[in-house]
This record gives sequence, C-alpha cells and structure tokens, in this order.
Amino acid sequence: MGLTTKQKVWWAVITVVVLVYALFPVAAIAATSFKIPSELDNGRFLPGTWSLINYEQILVGDAQSLFLSSLRNSIGISLIATAIAAVLATLAAYAIARLDFPGKRLILTTALAVSIFPVISIVTPLFNLWRTIGLYDTWPGLIIPYLSLTLPISIWILTAFFRQIPWELEQAAQVDGATTWQAFRKAIVPLAAPGVFTTALIAFFIAWNDFVYGISLTSTEAARPVPAALAFFTGASQFEEPTGSISAAAVVVTIPVVVLVLLFQRQIVAGLTQGAVKG
Amino acid sequence: MASIVLRDIVKKYGDGFPAVKGVSLDIADGEFVILVGPSGCGKSTLLRMIVGLEDITDGDLEIGGTRVNDKAPRDRHLAMVFQNYALYPHLTVFENIAFPLRLQKGAFPESEIRRKVELAADTLELREHLERKPANLSGGQRQRVAMGRAIVREAEAFLFDEPLSNLDAKLRGQMRTEIARMQRRLGTTTVYVTHDQTEAMTLGDRVAVLRKGELQQVASPRALYEQPVNLFVAGFIGSPPMNFVPGQVEGDRLRLPFADLPLDEDLRTRIGDRALVIVGLRPEHFEDASLLEQDKVASGFSFDCEVDATEWLGSELYAYIPFDTHPDVAAKLEDLDRELDGEGMRTQVIVALSSESRVRDGSAARLWYDPARLLVFDPETGVNLTRDDDVAAQIDAENEEDRKASLERAQAREAREEDDGGAAATGRHRGGAPQPATG
Repeated sequence: MGLTTKQKVWWAVITVVVLVYALFPVAAIAATSFKIPSELDNGRFLPGTWSLINYEQILVGDAQSLFLSSLRNSIGISLIATAIAAVLATLAAYAIARLDFPGKRLILTTALAVSIFPVISIVTPLFNLWRTIGLYDTWPGLIIPYLSLTLPISIWILTAFFRQIPWELEQAAQVDGATTWQAFRKAIVPLAAPGVFTTALIAFFIAWNDFVYGISLTSTEAARPVPAALAFFTGASQFEEPTGSISAAAVVVTIPVVVLVLLFQRQIVAGLTQGAVKG
Repeated sequence: MASIVLRDIVKKYGDGFPAVKGVSLDIADGEFVILVGPSGCGKSTLLRMIVGLEDITDGDLEIGGTRVNDKAPRDRHLAMVFQNYALYPHLTVFENIAFPLRLQKGAFPESEIRRKVELAADTLELREHLERKPANLSGGQRQRVAMGRAIVREAEAFLFDEPLSNLDAKLRGQMRTEIARMQRRLGTTTVYVTHDQTEAMTLGDRVAVLRKGELQQVASPRALYEQPVNLFVAGFIGSPPMNFVPGQVEGDRLRLPFADLPLDEDLRTRIGDRALVIVGLRPEHFEDASLLEQDKVASGFSFDCEVDATEWLGSELYAYIPFDTHPDVAAKLEDLDRELDGEGMRTQVIVALSSESRVRDGSAARLWYDPARLLVFDPETGVNLTRDDDVAAQIDAENEEDRKASLERAQAREAREEDDGGAAATGRHRGGAPQPATG
C-alpha cells in the first residue's frame, strides 16, 4: 500500500515497542525459570548458570504434588467447562440464527450483560453459597462459574458464525434425498465445525486463564487450578523465595496456550473478528 | 418422470399474508413449464411448495398421480437447481454431483456412482474440474455442477429456481440453450421459475404467468404473445414491452393520441358501448412508412409524429414518441407499470423500426401500423377484448404438436448416436425414460 518511508519507519518502531512491552515480561519469566535459587536476586536478566532445577522441583520434586494436582484440576475443569459451553452454545446459537422465537433479542442481550458483569463482585456471595450447598472446593464448583464466563462469548461468536452459513444447503440436501438429520450432519456440520472448534478454543483459554474464581472458590488440591496454585508455592526452605518454581510453572502452563494459538491462529482471528463485526 | 398436478394450491404465511391464492395447473409428463411474473408474485413459493420445502396451506399437489402434500422433500424424488446453486462448499465437484447417489445407501456400488457422475460431468463438460472445490469455479461452472447434481439421479422432475439470474448476459444465453437441449434429450418434466420473460418465452413449452399469487394465463409462448388474456400479461410478455395508449371511441372511429383509425365491424362489437378503451400496440409491429411498399401502406394506418429520442441497435432502431395520456386511464396504466417493476417515468410510445430507417432524435416521422394486430383492453377490468379463444386454442394445439415432434426428434437423434457411437456413455441418461414422448 502507499506508505511512505517515514510511515514505514514509524510503523516498525511502534510494532517493536508494542512487542517489547508485551513480550518482555514473558521473556523475564522464562529467563527466571532457568535461574538457580541463589541467582534470583542478582539483578541480571539472563541466568548465569542455566539450570532445570526449578522444573525438576515442580514436576518431580517437592512442589510436585502441589503443581501436578493443580495441573490436573486445570486441565480437567477447563476441558469439561469448554465441552459443556461448546455444546450449549452451539445449540443456543443454532436456534438464535435459525429460528424465529420471542425473546431472541433478550437472550443475546442477557448473554452480553452476563459477559460484562464484573466477576469480582459475585465472588463473595458465590463463596458463601457454594459453602452452604457443598460445591465449595469441588470441580463442579468451578465448572459452573466458568460456564458463566465462556457461554456468553461462545453464543455470540457462534451466532455470528451460523448466520453466515447458507441454509439453502440444508434444503438442497433434503431435496437430494437426505433426512433432516442427514442434511444437518452432511451439509451443515462440516461447515459449522470450524466455527465451533474456534469457539471452543477461545472458551478453553478463558477457563484456563481464570484466577479470581480459582483462588476464591477452592481451598485444597481437590480443585485448585494452576493459576491459583502458583500463589501457594513455597521455596525449598523458608529462607528461599519460590520465584524460580513459580516461573517454571508459569512457563509450563503457558506452553499449551501458545502452541494452540500458533496452530490455529488463522481460525481464532477469523472467529474473533466475526464475533466483533457481525455480532 | 411424472406429471405434476396442482389443484387450488394456497399458501398463507404465519402472519396471514397470502402468497399464493389458489393456483391450479396441469403439467404433463415431459413438459417444460415456466412460472413467470414480477418479483413477489409467488412463483418461487409455488416451486418450493412443489418440492416440499414450503408447507401447502390448502389444495392438492399430485406428482405422478399420487398426492404428496404431506410427503417430505426426499420422498418426492424431485431434483432442484437453486438460484445460488447451493453447492456443498466442503465437497469436491465429484462429491457434489455424487451426493444424491450416496444418500441412497447401498443403492449404487462405487463403480456405478463413478460412472454416473462422470457421465453427467461429460454432458456438462465438467470432466476436468471433478476434483476441484466449488469455491474455485467460475459462476457458469458452479451452475453446471448444480445441474449435474440434478440430472445424475434420474429424478421424477427438474425444478429450477431462477438458475441463470446470477450469470452475466452472454453466459445466460449459452446456459439457456444448454438447459433447453438437456431437457429435450432427457424428456424430463421440468418446472422453471424466472422473472425474465426472455427465458420464459425461449424455454417453455407452456408459460404460466403469475401476478400477486394468482394465475393469469397458462399458454404457449406464442399464444401469450399474440392472445394475452389481459393488460398484465400483455404488458409482461414482450421486450421492449407493449405500449398502452388511451383510445377514445367516437362513432365508428377510434381516436388514439397520435392517430385516428376506423373501426371495423368486429372491433365495433367487441368494444360494445365503451367510450374509452386501452389500446395495446407492440413496438415491433410499427414500421417506418417511408420504407414500405405503397400497397402495404394502404393496408394499414399511417400517422405523423414527433420523435423524441432514438436508439440504434444495429439490428433495429428504437424510437421514443411522447404522447399525452387520458386522465381516466392514467392511474390504471401507472399502477400496471409499477406492478411490472417499471418506473412510470413518462408516457411515451416505444417503436422498434427497421435499422435502415433514417428516423433520428427530434425528427418528424411517418409510422405505419397494421390495425389487425391492435389489442384493445377494457380500461376497468383490463380484459383483452380482442382476444380470440379459438385462435389461442389453435396456437396452443400447434405448439403441443411441435413439442412432441421435437421431443421425438431429440430421442431419435439420441438413439442414433447410441447406435453408431457405440460409446455406452452417450445415451445412458434415458435409462429412466421408457416412454418419453407420451406427454
């Protein structure tokens, strides 16, 4: 496009600044995770001696039970919440995009209202309620609030996505001799699958990254997810900072997210912009 | 292959809006019938009711003698080509065409499917595109894939929903003849929806003209053109459209805005005691009097007029002649124009003259018209007073004869090709057509 050299330089500078601003903390955490405990306070960015001791500690060492159990909780809770959200959002979005029924706008507006509602304000009532009915510190106790985070955005993205599917395909399939179910499965599902997948991915990240519910609604290894568990790491002795192991754990939980995003970058961007533009 | 019978078909939408108001139509086996009308006349709704995508509110629909009102689309064994083609974007061209065959589980072995698809692809010249995805095809190719999907399964009837409206003009002309040729060769009952009267006239054995959900006239293209039942049909059929001018009856003379002409006995009785009528004049029936031989000029009526604008098209010349309309019919004609998707800009007569004519913008011209080709309409009801039912019936009968003859010729040619070509491929489509010429 018609950018002058000056504009190009400016864009390059801005890009670099933004990248450094966004990625420096990540790089710092990654670097810290390779430092040995005595080097933590030496004020240098890169470790003097590269060591895997922090990773050993969280994966096979003292912090193992704390980290691995929370990792298991995180994966399990996020996956279940994502699966439920994907199924419910698909059905809801299908209905909203396809059918005319009273209250359609109400559902969409409510979904939007729920998604902009500040999480922190309901944590305390939820804490009391969960303790009373026995959901405190359990998997369902986290899955349910996670659904409230993931469902609204999933419904919005999927509704926008479903609206783009030409429904004549379904009719064409029926004329071609398909039953209603066959038409749905052979003509619509293949087109809807990428959208559902992208939405599920986004929902998974939301659940995976949550901290507020994770720290407030759990108390033991029974349900505590990784972001919350990081706060409970302790050093090898009481005189040592747990910074190294926290960094290592942070890197470990970041890796799956980064890998997924890199793999499905294109779909995620498409999914997000669809939701943004068409919703 | 089957006949399709519509008996008082009614469609009311949920909000009570009647889209189709009691349409009855007999479509014979192997016939090519066009449903035509301006936008919103209910033609697509009617087609969708035939195929089963739209519920029938009232009336009976029979396909091949069985009532199918309550049957699902899949049980009606019809093939449909959608306006936007409705190709499956995730499947290759081959799989798109094979889709209906694969749905009939176990009915066809893989080799049979491959053979049928390739046969259809050869017919439509899609062979080299079989492994491509619809997104990578041009508009015309997509259109052909949609047709391939329809012909591959030897359906009872083909239904087309404005299949050519997304193509550019040249391609549209080509595909039009292609569809006509295919229909003749396969001899399959075909219902074709369009708003384009050229497609209607060129393709149809019979054309059903719809207006606001009501059937106006079902007839052969020629009968529609020469013997329209009312103003609406007359104005819809023909391009450029028929001119309507007020005609004042004064004794035995009919006064048009630009000419006076004598009324003969027949016309006199047909008009009766009406003092004002609407006169319809086809643009192509006008002639430049200066180009005609003397004795022909005498056989019609000539008049002088001022030409406002002209368009020279090579094959002919359009001249626009303004006239002052009569206030009693102005509103009626304006309504009609709007109904025919026109703009109702100005009252003018369009005449199509021979391209040799020297008539130009602003010049005075002497034009000629054959009074026998004049149509006269009642200004209130719009009924064509000059229509002759016997002539119309005869035109339709001739048309039916022509149709059967051409169907037979197409079948004979097919059989011949099969004999000497020896290629098992060419004639196979007729597999499902044991008695194609019975329509």
